Amino acid sequence: MVRFEDVWLKYSTRPGTPGHDVLRGISFEIPDGGFRWLTGPSGAGKTSLLKLIYLAEHPARGFIDILGTRAAHISRREAALLRRRIGVVYQDFRLLPQLSAYDNVALPMRLAHRGETQINADVTEILRWVGLEDRLNARPDELSGGAQQRIAIARAVVARPKLLVADEPTGNLDDEQAQRLMLLITALNRLGTTVIIATHNMALVERYPAPRLRIEAGRMVQNG
Amino acid sequence: MAKRDDLGLREALSDRLLPMLVAAMSFLAALGLAGTLASASLAHAWQNEASATLTIQVPQPDDPGATGKTTRLAAVQAALAQMPGVENPRLMSQDEENKLLAPWLGEDATQLGLDLPSVISARWAGASSPDALGQSLGKVAPGTLVDAGAIWAARVAALTGSLQDCAAVVLLIVAAVAAAVVAVAARAGLAQRRDTITIVHGLGALDGDIAARFSSRATVLVAAGAAGGTIAALPVLAWLAALAAPFAGTGIQPGGGGLFNLPLPLWGTLPILPLAAAGIGWVTSQITVRRWLRGLP
Repeated sequence: MVRFEDVWLKYSTRPGTPGHDVLRGISFEIPDGGFRWLTGPSGAGKTSLLKLIYLAEHPARGFIDILGTRAAHISRREAALLRRRIGVVYQDFRLLPQLSAYDNVALPMRLAHRGETQINADVTEILRWVGLEDRLNARPDELSGGAQQRIAIARAVVARPKLLVADEPTGNLDDEQAQRLMLLITALNRLGTTVIIATHNMALVERYPAPRLRIEAGRMVQNG
Repeated sequence: MAKRDDLGLREALSDRLLPMLVAAMSFLAALGLAGTLASASLAHAWQNEASATLTIQVPQPDDPGATGKTTRLAAVQAALAQMPGVENPRLMSQDEENKLLAPWLGEDATQLGLDLPSVISARWAGASSPDALGQSLGKVAPGTLVDAGAIWAARVAALTGSLQDCAAVVLLIVAAVAAAVVAVAARAGLAQRRDTITIVHGLGALDGDIAARFSSRATVLVAAGAAGGTIAALPVLAWLAALAAPFAGTGIQPGGGGLFNLPLPLWGTLPILPLAAAGIGWVTSQITVRRWLRGLP
């Protein structure tokens, strides 16, 4: 479950200076196994909201519950362990440039101290799913933007997270690849993974109907 | 986190600059350590030698002593023979006295007709200070002077104690500089791998895991550099040991013996330097990385 109650987020340009509100009084709830589209114009605060979910930001005020854990009251170790249960697809991919496609995808499993046998089976399988089974040893700078995005998606889902957070996951993909990846994500969702996807792609939203969270100027204007 | 170099630390923590700087620090630390041990050894040898030497001057040695039965010299010699703690009292010959006085009075001072005292040398093996010796001898032959080496021994002790303190301070400074070098290298590595560490942190890496990766790399580099610096210091230490040998009474011939000139305590403590450096590297990098990670959410 993901639950926000009256959550505010401020960004300040310099430490100690009063920041401006990026999110204002956001409240919503996504049950376990739920699926939500997160929409809104550029600069509305979609990425900031996702950052709060995957614990990359702290709210200025409000209550956040992620997978049954109250985010404001956890130790750094607990936060790290919680992050391992969250798969994140970043808008800018955030792949490690010195690692191969295989090692990038394997990273979350290695962080969780999974055995190499299991890692090899799962990573190979997921790379086959995203159509990159023949580029295992390629480094990110040897891959196209679309291929990098597929690697990022594979990394986010390989450890079968309880919560999948994706920021424009199909932005660099052609329609066929986007369809294929949405099949993967909806399959994960059917297996119990809670999914929240921020997107501008309204055609995709129409093709996969699900409740929407819409944000405009830092405020939630649609929930459901 | 897996054992592979996921963070790219082989590039971020260079295997050249950090080991070289630590090697230089270890070279200095080896000299400081040797200085500490050498000054302790020299202090021990010099204090034993100086504090054990007694020189007794008996003026008018042929005059009657206090009892009037024997000469003053014979009375002092008899008293010395009875005193506990005094060993090997020996009357210096005329030749020996001439040698002592030659710098001031010429080659044959005893022929000048001067009223020279007789000189007795002895060793003091008593547990306490030989201060009371002069008073006892003054009773059988008034005016008898006892020159104990204790004063010189105390001065030598003060000097060598100061040298040891200085060497210890040098070691501390070297350790502090080594820690600073490791901290700067770790911060440079963190700055170079900021994006990578932020990503890995976001994927759920524990602070301890990330710090351990940095510490492992830093510890290996620091230990290697320290071992190199210590080995590089060995020839210099052997040369210094050969120079100091005559003063320490070790029987080593100056210029001979090579590394065998090094005393056993130094051989026992030099291997501690790479271990201590590795410890400094591990602790410093842990503190530096964990503090840096506190800046991440």
